[in-house]
Amino acid sequence: MAALEDGFGGYLVLFAAGFLATEIWRWLGLLVGSRLDMAGEVLQWVRAVATALVAGMVVRMLLFPAGALADLSLAVRLAAFAGGFICYYAGKRNLAVGVAGGSVLLVLAQLMPVP
Amino acid sequence: MPPSTTAGAFVGGLGLIISVPSVVLFTTALGFGALARDGGFDFGHAVFLSAIVFALPNQMVLIDQLMRGATFAGAALAVTLTAVRLMPMTVTLVPLLQSEKRRPLLQVLAAHFIAISTWIEGHRRLPTIPVALRLPFHLGAGVAMACMMLSGTIAGYLLVAGVPALVTAALLFMTPLYFILSLIATSRSAMDLAAVAIGCGLSPVLYLVMPGFDLLATGLIGGTLAYVLGRRR
Repeated sequence: MAALEDGFGGYLVLFAAGFLATEIWRWLGLLVGSRLDMAGEVLQWVRAVATALVAGMVVRMLLFPAGALADLSLAVRLAAFAGGFICYYAGKRNLAVGVAGGSVLLVLAQLMPVP
Repeated sequence: MPPSTTAGAFVGGLGLIISVPSVVLFTTALGFGALARDGGFDFGHAVFLSAIVFALPNQMVLIDQLMRGATFAGAALAVTLTAVRLMPMTVTLVPLLQSEKRRPLLQVLAAHFIAISTWIEGHRRLPTIPVALRLPFHLGAGVAMACMMLSGTIAGYLLVAGVPALVTAALLFMTPLYFILSLIATSRSAMDLAAVAIGCGLSPVLYLVMPGFDLLATGLIGGTLAYVLGRRR
């Protein structure tokens, strides 16, 4: 079963519910952002809001994941996440070392026989 | 070395095609392509979404909603709630991109290229680039990321079925790690770090209390708390 009709109709649904529903917030952001002073208080607050929101998204992905990650236990996910931090700092704050290290640790933790 | 010409800045942005965020975006797009195929979507529909939306979480929410048989209004509402996060991100990045020359159309395109990866990289790299060259750099970065998103979607749709689940999990795991480590790496103040910490703490609670609005509430409550704490110092 196709989830959407073929032809113009399906693309129109994706355009409206995908593109327009998303892009409107970028347009609003552009409208507001181009009127704000770089060092202003409002911008400081908005920056804090955006940062907290992305951090919240990370924890949600970690604790309540979807797809293939959901098949791994919480303990494996948390251990590999902590391992990623350790790799990052041990690798002189190198992003690639932290990200790749955490992912490799996830595989190792999963394959390790439970004592 | 910072670029010195418009073309140089654009090419510098394109250079992000070889970077951590680029790999992370590619793997997330792989997941999206695979999900779209599992959900019975046409190849064309999946590629079309990646081409026009440029925000993978929103694309995932949209196909998830349509797969569950949601109405058009329900699907659009779920997508737009997921997209609200793009507004504060755009608000903070746009002032960095502005120079004396007004280029409204390019600004709209620049806003389109704002997603978590380009927002993080923008805050990290733009301040070191001369003001007039920031817009071309950001547009180059956007084009590079869009290419990765499209190729990831295509590869995911066509190939991912044969990849072991543990490898897929390891690839998906790169996304939260990249987000959190780069948030910490780009933190410039106690306020930034407070926002990361409070956001991390609030999110699971709010996810259980008000699913659907949890990220928005985490941002507003956590961000405001971090702002107030940062001011008091």
